[in-house]
Amino acid sequence: MTNSWTDIKNTDLVIVMGGNAAEAHPCGFKWVTEAKHHRGAKLIVVDPRFTRTASVSDYYAPIRPGTDIVFLMALIRYMIENDKVQWDYVRNYTNASLIVKDEFGWSDGLFTGYDEEKRDYDKTSWDYVIGDDGFAQVDPTLENPRCVWNLLKAHVDAYTPEMVERVCGTPADRFLHIAEMIGECSSPTKTMTSMYALGWTQHSKGAQNIRGMAMLQLILGNIGVRGGGMNALRGHSNIQGLTDIGLMSNLIPGYLNIPTEQEPDWTSYMKSRAFKPLRPGQTSYWQNYPKFMVSFMKSMWGDAATAENDWAFHYLPKLDVPSYDMLRMYELMDQGKVNLYFCQGFNPLLASPDRNKTTQAFSKLKMLVTIDPLETETSRFWENHGDYNAVDTASIQTEVIQLPSSCFAEDEGALVNSGRWLQWHWPGAEPPGEAKLDTWIMAQIFLRVRDLYLTEGGVFPDPIVNLTWDYADPNEPTPEELAKEMNGRALADLTDPNDPSRTLVSAGQQVLNFSQLRDDGSTACACWIYSGSWNEDGNNMARRDNNDRDNTGAFGNWAWSWPLNRRILYNRASADLQGNPWDETRPLLWWNGERWEGYDVPDISPTARPEEVMPFIMNPEGSSRLFTRGMMRDGPFPTHMEPFESPVANVFNPNMRGNPVARFFDSDVARLGDSAEFPFVATSYRLTEHFHYWTKHNVVNAAMQPEFFVEISEQLAAEKGIERGGRVRVWSKRGEVWAKALVTKRIKPMICDGKTVHVIGIPLHWGFVGAAKKGWGPNTLTPFVGDANVETPEFKAFLVNIEPAVGEAVS
Amino acid sequence: MTLGANESPRTAVANPPVQPVQGNLGQHNVVRSSAGGPVAENPVALPAVAKLIDVSKCIGCKACQTACVEWNDTHPDIGVNVGIYENPLDLTPDMFTLMRFAEYDNPETGDFEWLIRKDGCMHCADPGCLTACPAPGAIVQYSNGIVDFIHENCIGCGYCISGCPFDIPRLSQVDHTVYKCTLCSDRVAVGQGPACAKACPTQAIVFGTKDDMKTYAEERIEDLKSRGYENAGLYDPQGVNGTHVMYVLHHADKPGIYNDLPEDPKIAGVVQNWKGPTKTVGLAAIGLAAVGSVVMGLFSRSEVAPEDEQRAEDMVDRAADPAASGREQA
Repeated sequence: MTNSWTDIKNTDLVIVMGGNAAEAHPCGFKWVTEAKHHRGAKLIVVDPRFTRTASVSDYYAPIRPGTDIVFLMALIRYMIENDKVQWDYVRNYTNASLIVKDEFGWSDGLFTGYDEEKRDYDKTSWDYVIGDDGFAQVDPTLENPRCVWNLLKAHVDAYTPEMVERVCGTPADRFLHIAEMIGECSSPTKTMTSMYALGWTQHSKGAQNIRGMAMLQLILGNIGVRGGGMNALRGHSNIQGLTDIGLMSNLIPGYLNIPTEQEPDWTSYMKSRAFKPLRPGQTSYWQNYPKFMVSFMKSMWGDAATAENDWAFHYLPKLDVPSYDMLRMYELMDQGKVNLYFCQGFNPLLASPDRNKTTQAFSKLKMLVTIDPLETETSRFWENHGDYNAVDTASIQTEVIQLPSSCFAEDEGALVNSGRWLQWHWPGAEPPGEAKLDTWIMAQIFLRVRDLYLTEGGVFPDPIVNLTWDYADPNEPTPEELAKEMNGRALADLTDPNDPSRTLVSAGQQVLNFSQLRDDGSTACACWIYSGSWNEDGNNMARRDNNDRDNTGAFGNWAWSWPLNRRILYNRASADLQGNPWDETRPLLWWNGERWEGYDVPDISPTARPEEVMPFIMNPEGSSRLFTRGMMRDGPFPTHMEPFESPVANVFNPNMRGNPVARFFDSDVARLGDSAEFPFVATSYRLTEHFHYWTKHNVVNAAMQPEFFVEISEQLAAEKGIERGGRVRVWSKRGEVWAKALVTKRIKPMICDGKTVHVIGIPLHWGFVGAAKKGWGPNTLTPFVGDANVETPEFKAFLVNIEPAVGEAVS
Repeated sequence: MTLGANESPRTAVANPPVQPVQGNLGQHNVVRSSAGGPVAENPVALPAVAKLIDVSKCIGCKACQTACVEWNDTHPDIGVNVGIYENPLDLTPDMFTLMRFAEYDNPETGDFEWLIRKDGCMHCADPGCLTACPAPGAIVQYSNGIVDFIHENCIGCGYCISGCPFDIPRLSQVDHTVYKCTLCSDRVAVGQGPACAKACPTQAIVFGTKDDMKTYAEERIEDLKSRGYENAGLYDPQGVNGTHVMYVLHHADKPGIYNDLPEDPKIAGVVQNWKGPTKTVGLAAIGLAAVGSVVMGLFSRSEVAPEDEQRAEDMVDRAADPAASGREQA
């Protein structure tokens, strides 16, 4: 989230698209009801199904799964055409005025530079014209036909309301009503908030869906303001923490990167980071990258990381591919190239697409270790459960070791919520039986591996044997020790650069925050964005002061929010160019003539003068981006791409299947279905009664929603002779499931490109272990393809067929 | 300490008192008791309480159902899906409250609406169950309006079920007594709101004095009217002299569209007549049945109960219909 849950109460309009907040985030959704009740806010829901969120909305429109970009680009077109633009914001705080290279263009659904064979773009034309002064060229009048604004105008021109109706199946009048409601928020005194989740991310162009809304929000001037923002509702309670500390194959804590093979040394690695400003006087905060990186390396390897050895850069792995994401790893397992898999806090047998492929991949492992508080289908993938897990157990030689771990209520530490708040919590109970804390388990594994390297040597033992492990009890690092390590500390006395006689932080003390980190090896910090969470003031994450000065919703003394306890990102944009709040009834920050003050920690140097330093300090432009240059693999603007399995062809280019640059493994191509064989569009989702695959273990939750079902329209039910509550078989090119049929008016057939499109909804909470009735998840049916930029699997739009089923499943 | 009249809980979201508290609901403020059961001579007058369910804020998440199960320590079965969102499929002796989902095509606006209503005991000011109950002291009403079942006095005859205009109480096949929502009288007695209201994430369920709840409802109704729900209103049916569980409905003119919420609930004629000339006859008949029920229950409750119930019902029918019993009205 750019904002926070509590800030949603400040909004005038909530749009829930690409999510179902009431269903999947019922506790956070209270802030929507709060905004409705006390601010008179309106709620719009755009979703293939009339959801629980829709049930309390002011306006609803249906949309065909996987066509959100069309809807969003059409909204942008409407705003431009009807002058619903917050001009001062767009002119000053976005890159609307920057000039783009002449070579850049778009036609037939593709941007310039496409290489069909490589399934990739040559992105050199997707960039600004850089002047002799080294800065990007601009036209503040926005008259230059090559400025971002005019290119955007041209880009969205095709996305008319009629196009929305044709591609999305959304009636044009419904679309226009929503556009009108949203248009009101272009006023500086009205804001809209966007709440989205996996309904936008789980597409082969998920990142572009989110880009689309972010661009709309910028045009309306809704980023950085109270009640506005792009608010990603995170799924697991600590999934935000997972991304923050970089639990991905290509990340280092704090959104730093694992180097690639093209960056074999420190100099080449740093060259493409630490960006110089692209406009005069701008901050370009990533210029501090070396400070964060060196402090990370010092935190990892202490004295073994020196200036002479480039901070032990050679210890870091160098990626030969963009990432070893889940899909790639299972593909490699399936190819027999992986022997051992540690699976911690994850149930991929139900969470990864194309379950039959996953089962086959796991069956080729020599050993699988699962670390989980619960029995998972993954740890039992080899067990035959009749139709529910029809494996030939005898043929599977994988050794499986289950390590029972504690659950969140049994351990201490911080959970990071969607609003980036690190909230410390304390154990409510002891882990039962043989369950151990994950930290204990990891420590045991590490110590044994280190012993092996110490005694037996190896090709390159240095990164393991030199890893800093200075915990009081090496067998079990405490949450306090780990949290302090993330905050960072001084390794030598840190003196004031302006007055070397003054010591800012003595050696051994916690740094105040990341502004004190150095690139000379005198600081260590494991996760720079968390720096400030546990400094010499103590554990700021444990703060529980619920005072909220002037009821702004900031709650600045409750827990701690990254970065620097800032509650709204880009908050300098809440004030106009001169530093006065756009909306004086909803002030956030203002310039008092000398410095920034207000209700939040300024997202800019507190003394950075208005009219000089622009609000988006992480970007070298200083402004936000309507055009993203070459930063995304599938285009600098979002363009319509059909799902890989779609009932209709792409209207811009009938030969283009799915996202033209999304990665696809050879073995999966044959496992794609077409609409002749699989005429119906399916989409997956959560139900409020359950939490993922956990709560099916709980009898109360199981009683509330006991049995796997699929949702279909009355029309499809009639067409197929399916009765309410009857059993159906649903199958795709990749597998089949049996379910109860929930026949509903909440899903209605849509007409897309002259064709009737039926949507089948498939919730995901059932498996073959736990208290609830045995069932399946949608992942038996979904394709093995992910988003082109981040590889999130395409769970939200795929093709299936359905028929009434006879008899009961055998277990 | 004991909570005084003015210390009754005003909201469900407030944290409970931390000091030990003596419950303030008990025999000393029973104002009505079934079948001539004991009432307090000088009942402690507590302000009338109410639970307000704002269906326009309800997201149907069933947190209220799970909180109810957890607090009351009931054990609903893991059932089946029959093609609807309701689970369990109906109220049961182990499920005192139930989200009911209605799919409604609004003919006036042409829009579809998903109407979700939390069903459960309405805690009528004039409780039909209490009026119908033949077992002394099995159903009581406290001075704050809560209608509570006292299980050790219940004879399992099921008349309260026929007496209820909302079809709420459910007879347990395990202990042969009848169960329904208590409005968490055990929580309210010590200054806490009902478990469902405490758990409700959107505060669609709120709790406090009935006066406060009516004022709050007005605010909500005004908001709904501003959103085009011209007939938004409060459901506090006067046929039972008002209820201590009330709804804010977007379509208060059509309660029936919310899964058959009664338009104008009244205590059924047969039970109503109790109060009149048939009361003596009725009570006599019931007294007989009650004794039979208890005696039989002592020996072989599980085998005999259904027949017992049927027999008792027949007696009520005869009592209510003098022609059938061949007796003149007294």
